[in-house]
Amino acid sequence: MNKEDYLNLYRKMYLIRLFEESCGENYSKGFIRGFLHLYIGQEAVAVGSIDSLEDKDFIVTHYRDHGHAIARGLSTDGLMAELFGKETGVSKGKGGSMHLFDSDKNFMGGHAIVGAQMPLAAGFALASQYRKDDAVTMVYFGDGATNQGTFHETMNLASVWKLPMIFFLENNFYGMGTSVERIRSNGKSFSNLAEGYGIPSTVVDGMDVIAVKETTKEVVDKVRKGNGPALIEATTFRFQGHSMADPAKYRESSEVDEWRKKDPLESFPEYIISKNIASKDEINDVKKSVEDEMDAAVKFATESNEPDLESLSKDVYL
Amino acid sequence: MAEITLRQALQKGLSEAIENDPDVFIMGEDIGAYGGAYAITSGFLEKYGPDRIKDTPISEAGFIGAGIGSAAAGLKPIVELMSISFSLVGFDQIVNMAANIRYMSGGQINVPMVIRAPTGAGMQLGATHSQSFETWLCEVPGLKVVAPSNPKDALGLLRSSIKDPNPVIFAESAGLYGTKGDVPEEYFDIEIGKADIKQEGTDITLISYGHGMPMINKVSEELSKKNVSSEIIDLRSLSPIDYDLINKSVQKTGRALLLDTARKNGGVMAEVATNINEDSGDYLDGPILRVGSEDVPWPYNRKLEQHAMSSVPKIMNKIEQGYSL
Repeated sequence: MNKEDYLNLYRKMYLIRLFEESCGENYSKGFIRGFLHLYIGQEAVAVGSIDSLEDKDFIVTHYRDHGHAIARGLSTDGLMAELFGKETGVSKGKGGSMHLFDSDKNFMGGHAIVGAQMPLAAGFALASQYRKDDAVTMVYFGDGATNQGTFHETMNLASVWKLPMIFFLENNFYGMGTSVERIRSNGKSFSNLAEGYGIPSTVVDGMDVIAVKETTKEVVDKVRKGNGPALIEATTFRFQGHSMADPAKYRESSEVDEWRKKDPLESFPEYIISKNIASKDEINDVKKSVEDEMDAAVKFATESNEPDLESLSKDVYL
Repeated sequence: MAEITLRQALQKGLSEAIENDPDVFIMGEDIGAYGGAYAITSGFLEKYGPDRIKDTPISEAGFIGAGIGSAAAGLKPIVELMSISFSLVGFDQIVNMAANIRYMSGGQINVPMVIRAPTGAGMQLGATHSQSFETWLCEVPGLKVVAPSNPKDALGLLRSSIKDPNPVIFAESAGLYGTKGDVPEEYFDIEIGKADIKQEGTDITLISYGHGMPMINKVSEELSKKNVSSEIIDLRSLSPIDYDLINKSVQKTGRALLLDTARKNGGVMAEVATNINEDSGDYLDGPILRVGSEDVPWPYNRKLEQHAMSSVPKIMNKIEQGYSL
């Protein structure tokens, strides 16, 4: 990794952080409606893991999807416009926060039924295997989704067919307001779930972007070589509530404070500077450019048009 | 023309799709080594190999979803369900993924996929195995739903369903697999959304689909004994429905008898009746008549099951009461 690589990882994490803060602000102002689930705190997971993928690889994710979309390089103009419900949005204002798509970037959603994205992801992996094109599929899900039948059905299917897919568990320790301890039959560990299906698994610190990147790269390489599926569990934390409607009364503020000490937006730039990889000025230059990009995205979203009413019945059938 | 069974028509359509398009593959429970619960894919695994004929675990949500993903990636999967009753286990994938994904992605992602499933009661399989959920799926925009009643329509609709860029539910009446009929040797297909006038007539329009059609034919014979001339329409496509053809016919005859093969409550014919009422109300000589299965869970006992199903006497009775014919 050279300086540009480090700064690029930081840039993407900071872009997600600012994007999410801007979403929160514009939600309060009423420009963004519906359910809004922010990714603040989990930035290192999406950025580190997606950095290890190739353009031909497929990404399928859950409803807390802004971070993955930005990490994949979807335009912040198109993303913010989607949240504003505008016709210039990535899904033409028809998807909203939970249903972000960009098929040109093999970014296949944004899926809002917990766990439902996993069978779909197996299908993308199956298509890659069928065509022998060496692409892999990365499917993201939270700890809550591990209790859905689709998770277990897909692990079995992927294992028995040796599908080139990576099950990427973002364990933020809460399924909405219910902590993992309260609903998991077998303690906190998830690795035993994969073992039962003959799928190798790895646990990584999801607050450490370099660790996530390196672990993912190693796993993706193995999966790409035809060794069958793998599971990565990244331990992480969302600093805010489940959605904008959630005051997060089910957890102690001390728990949040402990995790905030590991905030990758603090620790990673400190690391870059302390190792003399880049200077504080260079970090500030990145910050400035991200802030400019976000200002432009909000302006773009604000000034874009609403979809015309005729578009209501378009895009149902081809 | 060759006389073949509906099963053979499906086998012909599936074989040619596999042979002509490398993106087509079939998957489902017991379709390979076992040869298919209703023997539709018998011999396929040996002929086409395991990449094209994929046996799946008993995981409807899993493999329906995998079919949808592979279709979204550009393949053309044909997913076989052992029964449309089992679609419930994969309903979230069918509705929230297959049907919704195109719209919620702003038109970026298509799902060119066919889900084939046997449907219908009459085989004493009890409540969980005898239902007809193709009617539920007609409510879902983004899906197309077809239900052939004879070998020719089955082949023509299967060809169109596989070619269609949208997800298509292909409901096969399990009781009709052995039905014989003439099928042209030369290529043809049948446009989804087009109903068919199976018999022209002047006094009453009889409308059904799938395994309702043999019953409708018998009703027509009974009516002709009374010098009543029936026009017979086979919907073939339940979503979209060919309202133009239906209304033209009803405006000519002034009477309509609609036969649902599913339970009457919430059946497809409720939609047809409403549409006739709105578009042809002034032409009607009496009320629109509708017959469907009884609104009870399907019983196992043969006598009870037959009593729950529609029948020629039930339909004749309805017509006699409704129109004094």
